[in-house]
Amino acid sequence: MSIEHANAIDAKFGVGSATATEFRDNKRLTVPVEKIYGILAFLQLQRGFDMLCDLAGIDYLGYADATDRYGIVYSLTNTTTGERLFVKTFVNDPDPEVPSVVDLWEGANWMERELYDMFGVKFQGHPDLRRILLPDEFTSHPLRKDYPMRGYGERHNFPTVTRAES
Amino acid sequence: MPLEAVASVDETGTDKEFLYTLNFGPQHPATHTTLRLILTLDGETIVKAQPDIGFLHSGFEKLGEDLDFNQYVTIVDRMNYISPVANEIAWHHTIEKLMGLEITPRCKYIRTILAELARISDHLLCVGAVALDLGGLTAFLYAFNERERIYDILENASGQRFHPSYTRVGGLLNDVNDLFVNQVRAFVKSFPKAHGDVCRLLNKNKIFIDRTEGVGTLTREEAINRSCTGPVARASGVARDLRKDEPYLAYPELQSSFKIVCSNGGDCLARYLVRMGEMLESANIIAAAIENLPSGPVNIGTDSKVVIPDKSATYRSIEGLIQHFELFMWNRRFETPVNEVYGANETANGELGFYVVSDGSAKAWRARTRPPSFIHFALFPHLIEGHQISDVPAVLGSLNIIAAELDR
Amino acid sequence: MALKLDDNIFVSKLDFLANWVRKNSLWPMPFATACCGIELMASASSRYDLARFGSEAMRFTPRQCDVMIVAGRVAMKMVPVMQRIWLQMPEPKWCISMGACASTGGVFDTYSVVQGIDRFIPVDVYVPGCPPRPEQVIRAVLDLQEKIMKGGTIDGREFAKRTAYEGPGDRLGELDPSEVVIAPGNFATGKRLRGLPLVN
Repeated sequence: MSIEHANAIDAKFGVGSATATEFRDNKRLTVPVEKIYGILAFLQLQRGFDMLCDLAGIDYLGYADATDRYGIVYSLTNTTTGERLFVKTFVNDPDPEVPSVVDLWEGANWMERELYDMFGVKFQGHPDLRRILLPDEFTSHPLRKDYPMRGYGERHNFPTVTRAES
Repeated sequence: MPLEAVASVDETGTDKEFLYTLNFGPQHPATHTTLRLILTLDGETIVKAQPDIGFLHSGFEKLGEDLDFNQYVTIVDRMNYISPVANEIAWHHTIEKLMGLEITPRCKYIRTILAELARISDHLLCVGAVALDLGGLTAFLYAFNERERIYDILENASGQRFHPSYTRVGGLLNDVNDLFVNQVRAFVKSFPKAHGDVCRLLNKNKIFIDRTEGVGTLTREEAINRSCTGPVARASGVARDLRKDEPYLAYPELQSSFKIVCSNGGDCLARYLVRMGEMLESANIIAAAIENLPSGPVNIGTDSKVVIPDKSATYRSIEGLIQHFELFMWNRRFETPVNEVYGANETANGELGFYVVSDGSAKAWRARTRPPSFIHFALFPHLIEGHQISDVPAVLGSLNIIAAELDR
Repeated sequence: MALKLDDNIFVSKLDFLANWVRKNSLWPMPFATACCGIELMASASSRYDLARFGSEAMRFTPRQCDVMIVAGRVAMKMVPVMQRIWLQMPEPKWCISMGACASTGGVFDTYSVVQGIDRFIPVDVYVPGCPPRPEQVIRAVLDLQEKIMKGGTIDGREFAKRTAYEGPGDRLGELDPSEVVIAPGNFATGKRLRGLPLVN
């Protein structure tokens, strides 16, 4: 149950460090970004969540009742019991920054790079934080809500080769 | 990736001048699709591999925010394009979880059969392609023959042989016919023979075993720490399969008909053997499901307000007409809870999950995909280090990297 | 002048002979990026057997090929690669754009997908479908053969005439004022391929 994890975290990190919610079978904890690294390390080492299943980023710009801009969701899995836990934290403009968890889970490496590429959220302490999917020359972060779906015309920005030239 | 990044390999002293850099891809037969590797070599031994991906990045997740839950299924199809129908099932599994819908038993069984057919077709192509890259064309042709039969089944069910776009929120595009049942029965009956053909070609083939055994070994701890799922994790001894651990669709009722195939080897050969074993288990699931296919409707009732009513209801009753228009007017469609949910299915490549954030409309606010290929390809530099350059196709093939899912 | 020839001597136009030879041994370069690549494999394997039309000899190096089959969508990062492969192919060469994505961008009207490869390289045959059935791929090869037979010349004079851009309409005119090209970075030089110039 997520409430047990929340109580354990509260006991270690101070009251109010984790808020537990549930929806369908998803158990969620919302934690402040300052304590995220400590809490994730605690969950990995003490509570048996040995696999980082997924790392999702969400841009809440314009979402009803949203107070923070970027949400980051760590989907943890306990491979022994099959239990899942979703740890969520929020960061804001300017300079959205989260501590990297690559030293806890090696699998976070590319997921954090992708999240940086798509949202521009920086991961402090990441060994190799570069763009992964888009060209290095790209200047925007496409999954932000203020980036248009068809882009700013980057896709047309190439020379044409005619038949006679080639 | 700039050249400087490669030159920063830790190479002190005199070794430095022996290292050279080899570009592999993005257009190369062994990459199958589009990915690029920058290999730093000492002779033929790989000192360091740097993958460069994104050559097929097409903005799937951005499109997911622009299309509604039924329309996005056409895009999800194109994600893992060697088993498209499994992606659709995973996507609508998540949406139905978000909306709290319980689909009908018949729909569950049909989706289960299709998901297992997709798993077989995925594994067939993967195994065939590994064999092809390691010099055995025949296994590839045998595998493709069976895939053509699966295409036929999908074509009969949905009208499209490759990208069926067959699932809908709360059900399916249409019910299957008797021909589907016969085709699936015939497939289940003849599949073990074709499977045996491939096995006889490869399982004791000295060249194949020499090139895959002990290559790209992944230990159990690393597999968990690096987020592996599916056959890659199971070949390293992680006995985790969502069909057993978090049964969905018709799997709770079919538990007795299949086992999880695992191996402790962790190398390319183990991954190949796990895939071969899983195909037979899948065939068993299909055999059990097709014989127990329940009758009844495939779509949930129209009072759920998510499925299109029958044509007769649309034309003859005012409720049916209203509901039809509600579903087709771009500003109405259906309502969803304002919440977020993660749903995952065990697809051929591993755990394919979707993290869907809904703002109450029929479009996702965010449709994050958990792509198994992406996570498995991150393993590649780790697996290939210290091996020969000729092991690259073996490792790439055994991880089954699908570029569209890798880059999305 | 009455020329007396033996029965085993065959008189023909040189152009015709060259066309006939070229059309029956089209060697495809499968530039397979996505789903269409799998259908291309299907058309080459047992059931559909592209070999019946002399096009089964797929070579993955552009230097050995006649016809580039662009199968699948081409993303921004891939365009310099595609152009470079096209330029590396020896003359005479043709291009088949296979599938909706390669021809028009298809369902992927997004920031990173090129809306039709004919904006950047010349295309001879378009194949509709998402993905096209193997029969359509075979039809495209037959159409290309017909095109070669009708318009081909031994020294490629028909290619020299195609000096203009052959893509759809005015590229920038179609853009909404909100999506004007701001040219972030220079994707065009193939800088991603280590600053090497495009080969000519």
